[in-house]
Amino acid sequence: MTAKHRTAAINGTVFFAIAVAAIGAQAARAANTVDPQADFKAFRAYFTKRFPKVPLSDFVNGPYSMDAGLRKQWIEIDAFPPYQFALDKGKQMFETPFPNGKTYADCFANKGIGIRQNYPLFDTKSGEVITLDVALNQCRQQNGQPPLDYTKDDMAALTAYMAYTSRGKPFDIKIPDDPRARAAYQKGEEYFFSRRGQLNFSCASCHVQSAGQHIRTEVLAPALGLVAALPIYRSEWGGMGTTSRRLTSCNSQVRAVPLKPEDEQYRDVEYYLSYMSNGLPISGPGARP
Amino acid sequence: MRRLIVIRLAAAALLAASATAALAATADDFKAALAKAEAASKAAAALKNQWTTTADALKAAQTAAAAGKFDEAVKDAQRAEALANASIAQAKEQAATWQQAVIH
Repeated sequence: MTAKHRTAAINGTVFFAIAVAAIGAQAARAANTVDPQADFKAFRAYFTKRFPKVPLSDFVNGPYSMDAGLRKQWIEIDAFPPYQFALDKGKQMFETPFPNGKTYADCFANKGIGIRQNYPLFDTKSGEVITLDVALNQCRQQNGQPPLDYTKDDMAALTAYMAYTSRGKPFDIKIPDDPRARAAYQKGEEYFFSRRGQLNFSCASCHVQSAGQHIRTEVLAPALGLVAALPIYRSEWGGMGTTSRRLTSCNSQVRAVPLKPEDEQYRDVEYYLSYMSNGLPISGPGARP
Repeated sequence: MRRLIVIRLAAAALLAASATAALAATADDFKAALAKAEAASKAAAALKNQWTTTADALKAAQTAAAAGKFDEAVKDAQRAEALANASIAQAKEQAATWQQAVIH
């Protein structure tokens, strides 16, 4: 190698190192500039100013907080809640020991009662967002059981029961002082506000810009408190569905290929939306048209 | 004179038939169009931004090809490629602009 070539190689390496450092610094700056508390204040102010007559805690009731007629129907329906069968099944499943004698209660704080409001949480060991649904399947795995389907049936029943034991408890989602947690939060925010599918809709197109408006016969729920009622019995589905079912269904409706249930992006968006609902009461399991 | 006209008409018909045959798509045309569409669809999948309509168009292309309708199959494959490319453009554009939609 000639001196000229050596100089060129060194210059190339130095340039590459500077470029890598610049990209790294940019990523670090991006993670550091994430300000969940400021986002939270702006998000809440947007909805409370736009819907001044809706009491804050009523946002968790979704379309029923937006439309008096729907609310009347819901009150009638709730006299014999359509999620009751799932609730009973979930309680039974929760209390039935695994073959090794342990139960779901052994996997959770406070024996799994009244803890729904703390999920999703950021697990600093794995560096990932863990939803209640994922935690339940992790519990099953630890006890030698196969995972449950993340979209409906048994998973919806279990989470319905656990949500029920948390009814009225305010969301308490924490973002630890960890750049990975802030990055997960921001990815969730990005997912929520990014348009997708051939119809070019974002989650926000319906649940921010068009909250309270009709889409055909349905009233679009506001994003504030959107996740508090999950899992839900949906008349359209004729059954129960989890957060994953709700997200995959939304994706399909805008002609986007849904992600796998409990995909990292779905967990991140649930983390973001739950943080935005901090302080609002858990109302799940819910019933929706 | 009449014979000359008949010969000319026959020649014109023959020319038209061979031109149509030249325009008809073949199995190879379909394979080439499908390969392009599948590559674009894979790229969209890597961005986690596939459209259901892309998958529908790919399926339609394969169904038409299986029935030997290669003209239709090529058109469907080209439509799938265009849809996949549009979804890729959407993902790139949104990655750069999503923050403009955030509530501040």
